[in-house]
Amino acid sequence: MPTPPPPPDVMHSEEFLRSLMRRQLKLSVACAVTFLVVLLGLPLLNYFAPAFMATRIAGFTLTWLILGVLFFPFVWIISWRFIRRSIALEDAEVKSVKR
Amino acid sequence: MTTTLAFLDGVDPWILTFSLITVLVTIWMGFRSARTSRTASDFFVAGRSVSVGWNASAISGEYLSAASFMGVAGMVMSVGYDALWYPVCYACGYLFLLLFIAGPLRRFGAYTIPDFAEGRFDSPVFRKIAVCFVLFIGFFYTMPQMKGAGTVLAYIFKGVDLRGGFLEFLAPHNSAGEALIGFPYWAGVLLVGAVITLNVARGGMKGITLVQAVQYWIKAFAISVPIFVLMAVFGFYNGQLGVNGANVNPNPSIERKALVEKAPADEAWISPFGPLTTKAVKAAAAKLPAGEQAAYLAEYQRPYSLVYTYSLIMALVCGTAGLPHILVRFYTNPNGAAAKRTTMWVMILIGVFYLFPPMFGALGRNFMPELYLGVGAKGTDKVVLELPTLLGGKFGVLGSILSGITCAGAFAAFMSTFSGLLVSMTGALAHDVYGRMLRPNATPAQRLRAFKVSAVIIGGLAIYLGSQVEALEINFMVGQAFAIAAASYFPLLFMSVWWRGMTMSGAAAGMLGGGLLALLAVALTSISDVAAAGAKKVSDLAALPAYWEHHAFAQSLGDTWVNHPLLRILCEQPAIWAVPLAIILMIVVSKATAARVPANIRMKMLVLHAPEQLGLKQEYIQEQQAAAGH
Repeated sequence: MPTPPPPPDVMHSEEFLRSLMRRQLKLSVACAVTFLVVLLGLPLLNYFAPAFMATRIAGFTLTWLILGVLFFPFVWIISWRFIRRSIALEDAEVKSVKR
Repeated sequence: MTTTLAFLDGVDPWILTFSLITVLVTIWMGFRSARTSRTASDFFVAGRSVSVGWNASAISGEYLSAASFMGVAGMVMSVGYDALWYPVCYACGYLFLLLFIAGPLRRFGAYTIPDFAEGRFDSPVFRKIAVCFVLFIGFFYTMPQMKGAGTVLAYIFKGVDLRGGFLEFLAPHNSAGEALIGFPYWAGVLLVGAVITLNVARGGMKGITLVQAVQYWIKAFAISVPIFVLMAVFGFYNGQLGVNGANVNPNPSIERKALVEKAPADEAWISPFGPLTTKAVKAAAAKLPAGEQAAYLAEYQRPYSLVYTYSLIMALVCGTAGLPHILVRFYTNPNGAAAKRTTMWVMILIGVFYLFPPMFGALGRNFMPELYLGVGAKGTDKVVLELPTLLGGKFGVLGSILSGITCAGAFAAFMSTFSGLLVSMTGALAHDVYGRMLRPNATPAQRLRAFKVSAVIIGGLAIYLGSQVEALEINFMVGQAFAIAAASYFPLLFMSVWWRGMTMSGAAAGMLGGGLLALLAVALTSISDVAAAGAKKVSDLAALPAYWEHHAFAQSLGDTWVNHPLLRILCEQPAIWAVPLAIILMIVVSKATAARVPANIRMKMLVLHAPEQLGLKQEYIQEQQAAAGH
C-alpha cells in the first residue's frame, strides 16, 4: 500500500521545529551536565578533600588515577550513549513526519 | 662518498634513518593520492566521501601536534599534576563538539566556517570577518608547529659539522660571524614547510587525508612502543608515581636519581595546585617582608590556583571546539550520522594516545632529572626524544632505535598538524576570498588553480613566520591560539546553532569583542615574560638598569602582576571571563538589533536541526536560488 504524501505543513511548522530543537538540546544538555559535574567537581574535591584525593592506589594518588587514566573511558561512555540516543531520536523524527 | 658525507659523523644513524623514512613516506603517499584528486570538491572537502575510519584517524593525526607529542610530556615532567589538565581537556573538547556543534554544522553543509557564517546570517561582511579569524588563528597555531620542526631537526643534527665545506653557509654562526658545529634552526622549518606545502598543493584535502591518517598511527606507535620497553626495564607507571611524594609505598626495584635543585619538590609535583597554578601568588609573596609571607600564602595561594585551574579548563575545552582546522573536517563525512561516529572514534584514538605522554613525564622525573636544568626545548620539552637513550648503557643499540622512533613520531606530529592548518587556511583564501569575493564566476579549473597558488602563498608565509619565532615557547604560542579560539569561534558556533534570535551584529560583536580582548590579555602577559627572560640573559649586572629602561612598559607590567596576582592569572588564562563576555555581548547586541534576524530563520533552523533524510537542505537551496533570481 503506497503511503500518502506527507502534508507539507508538518515538517515546516513552528511546532515541529520547536519540539525538534527541544528534544535535541535536552539530550545534549543532559550529557554535558553529566560530564561537567565530573570535570568541574574534580578541582573542588582536590580543594576541599586534599588528603582523601592523595590516597594511594597501587602507587597512583586517587586524583592522578582519575584525571590521568579513568577520565578518558568516562568520556567514551558518555559519547557512546549520546550517539546511540541521538541516532534513535533522528529516526523517530523522520518517522513522525513521514507517518 | 665517504668524503662528501663525512659531515654526518656526529649524527645518530638510527635517528636519521627513522626521521628520513617518515618524511619520505609522507612525500610518497602525498604523490600517490594526489593522482586521484581531480575535482574542486576533492581538494576542498575530499569529495565528502571519506570513510569513518580514515576520517577519524586523519582528524586525530591532525590534532596531535608538536605540543601534544612533546609538550605534554615535558610539562608533566616540569610542573606535575596540573599539566594533566592539558591532555584531558584536549580530548574532552571533542565531547563538546559532538554534543552541540558537529551534527548541525554538518547538516547545514558548507565548505568552510566562513560559508556557515555567511549562510546563517545572509551577510557577506560577516564572511570577511570570519575569513580573517580563520587565517589569524591558523597562523598563530602554525608558528609553534614550525618551531617544533626547527628544534627537532637541530636536535637530530646537533653533532653535524658543516664547517669548511661548500655547505658552510648553512652552519649556525656566533655573534662574531664564526661558523659553529650544528644545524641551523630555520632549515628544519624550511624542510617541513616545503614538504607539506608540496603535498597540499598537489593533492588538497583528499591528498592529505590518507597521509594524516597514516601519521596518526606512526605517532601512536612512536609514543607507545618506546614507553612500554622503558617501563619494562625501569618500572611501570604506578611504580614511578609511587616513589614520588609523601606516604609512598617504597618500591625497592625503582632506583630514582637524585633530583636537581631546580626541580619542584615531590609533594608539590604530584599534588593538585602545584607550581603551574601558584606561580603568580608565589611571586607576589616573595616581594613581601619575610614575616608576612606565610600568612599571605595561606590566605591566597589555594583560592587563586583554583581560579587558574577553572580558567585553564575552560580555555582548553572551548578552544578545542573552536579550532578552525578541526571543524572543517566535519564536512568531509558523507552524512551527519557518520560525522557523529567519526567524533566518537576520534575521542577514543586521542584518549588512548594521551595516556602515554604523562608516563614519559613521570619516568623523566625519576631518571633524567638533569633535564630540569635546561629551559624549554633544551630542557624538559625534549624528554620524549631523550628518554629512550637511557637504554643505551644496558642494551646498546636498542636505545638509539627507540629514540629514532620517537623522533619519527615528532616529525609526523608537525607535518600532520601543519597540513591540516594549511588546507583550512588555503581553503579560506582560495574558496572564500578568491571564489566568493574576487571572482564569483570563476570556472572550476580556475578555482583549482587558485587553490594551488593559495597553498604556495600560505605555505611560504608560514615558513617565514616560523623562522622568526625561535625565541618563543611552544606551549605559550599554542595557549594563545586556544584562548582566542575559545573566546571567538566557540561562542559564535554554539549560539548560532541553538539560538534563532542571533543577528549578524550580535555575532560579530561577541566574536570580535571576546577574541580581541582575550588576545590583548594574553599579549600583555607575554610582553612582560619575554622582557623578563631577556633580563636573565643580561650577564653584566651593571647593564641591567639600562636594559629595564629600554623595557619600561614591560617592567611596569611586571610590577603590576606582582602587586595583583589575581589580575595576572586572569590575563594569563582569560577564558573564564572572555567566554561569558562574548556570549553576553552576543545576546545583548542581538536583542538590540532584533529587527535584523534573517527573514527565513525558521527554514535555516530546520536545515540545521532536522534529520538529513527529510531533504530540507535541497529545498532550502532551491529557495535561495529562486530568491537570488538564478
